[in-house]
Amino acid sequence: MDHMITADTEKRRRWMAVLARAAADEIAGLLATLPPLPAHERLRAPETGLVMVRGRAGGDGAPFNLGEMTVTRCAVRLGDAVGHGYVAGRDKRQAELAALLDAALQDPARRDALMEGVIAPLATRQQAARDAEARKAAATRVDFFAMQTTR
Amino acid sequence: MYVAVKGGERAISAAHAWLEETRRGDASVPELAVAQIEQQMPLAVDRVMAEGSCHDRFLAALAIKQAKGDLIEAAFLLRAYRTTLPRFGASEPLETARMRLRRRISATYKDLPGGQVLGPTFDYTHRLLDFALAAEGEERATGPEASAPVGEAPRVTELLAREGLMQRERDDEAEPGDLTRQPLAFPAERPVRLQNLARGDEGFLLALGYSTQRGYGNAHPFVGEIRVGHVTVEFTPPELGFPIELGEIGITECQMVNQFKGSRTEPAQFTRGYGLVFGHGERRAMAMALVDRGLRARELGEDVTAPAQDEEFVLYHSDNIEATGFVEHLKLPHYVDFQSELENLRTIRKSAEQALPEAAE
Repeated sequence: MDHMITADTEKRRRWMAVLARAAADEIAGLLATLPPLPAHERLRAPETGLVMVRGRAGGDGAPFNLGEMTVTRCAVRLGDAVGHGYVAGRDKRQAELAALLDAALQDPARRDALMEGVIAPLATRQQAARDAEARKAAATRVDFFAMQTTR
Repeated sequence: MYVAVKGGERAISAAHAWLEETRRGDASVPELAVAQIEQQMPLAVDRVMAEGSCHDRFLAALAIKQAKGDLIEAAFLLRAYRTTLPRFGASEPLETARMRLRRRISATYKDLPGGQVLGPTFDYTHRLLDFALAAEGEERATGPEASAPVGEAPRVTELLAREGLMQRERDDEAEPGDLTRQPLAFPAERPVRLQNLARGDEGFLLALGYSTQRGYGNAHPFVGEIRVGHVTVEFTPPELGFPIELGEIGITECQMVNQFKGSRTEPAQFTRGYGLVFGHGERRAMAMALVDRGLRARELGEDVTAPAQDEEFVLYHSDNIEATGFVEHLKLPHYVDFQSELENLRTIRKSAEQALPEAAE
């Protein structure tokens, strides 16, 4: 990738990645445990569309169009910050919550509480699910042993 | 030629109502929920997403329910739905080397970094009908967990390429052609061919791939690697200017390793046939890889002698939605067409009958 990614952008990429993998109810549930956020303004109402997914020939060659996937996006303003949500699937509530949190997390006064109260617990759950699957995969790894010649 | 025929409305509406009734089946049997199809028929969902060329598990499951389990009809419904949605753009190319693996096997190396991971596979099952599944309230089986998770695994093709024995893919960042925007043109570049195959009919790909093994195309393939798992999809929204993760999708990748006897400019080496499909679709990915390699004949300077090497034949006939449209349109009224054929045949017969006595004289 030839994009310049600063440390701040990297943090933002990380919370957006966590929100993109979280169900709307999960996000809302954690958000409800914190003091409510002020009202936000919708700059772009939640909208479902398509992103063309690309692969590479041979896995590492020239890009090709594999097929599309549904994606839902939303943009909101909260104070001075503009938040964006882009999430796989068609859940408009998830996209709006992701946009709202993206805006709120850009405010240094709110960031720590939201990271601790929402993003970190979501990231922990997601990592646990990934680990469980990777351990199941590991249980199906073949241990070859040499056949002994017997008489 | 088609003729507008009036008078069928009542019959059509009755037919559709009955279709609806038969879709539901016996009302005393509980109705299938879309979530049940999505969860319990995941491979049907994967096939519909691949052939419908749209990754959305719920929509594919809904389409299967609506289509009464006709998977081509379901893919058709998904293709039709996608035309109603705006396109936000194209993703960054998937990094399949970083796949979160559920399964990864190689038929070329027994011991390789990352190992042979079988995953949830039908391989090694005895293909005996399991009547226990017909009983209600079966006990839920769960896969055991090892103490250490699997990690990322290097590609087999990369191991060979480092030794100079595997042809490297061209690192060409050109904008790939897109069949949803431009019609097929020949000769077709590899990116367009791969897009076509990725959404092609599994039966067609399977038969063509099989034909290359049986001597129609002279392929001697090995499965370098099959990997099944999840990859992150990254997309760069123009308003942000940096790539963000949209989530993960399930994917199957197959690298076929094939002999290549070399040419004037290249030494003898292995070449790749490549398969990549949505969801868990090993048969499909393998068949795609065989056909991809077959279609590389022209680029590699090999003789084009077999159907699987003929790109016009393969690419024009792989799409089951186009194919079903053209085959099934024959059901529509062709009354006037047929009338003219009848007239034609009668005229030929008549003139033949008139000519006969003359010829006998």
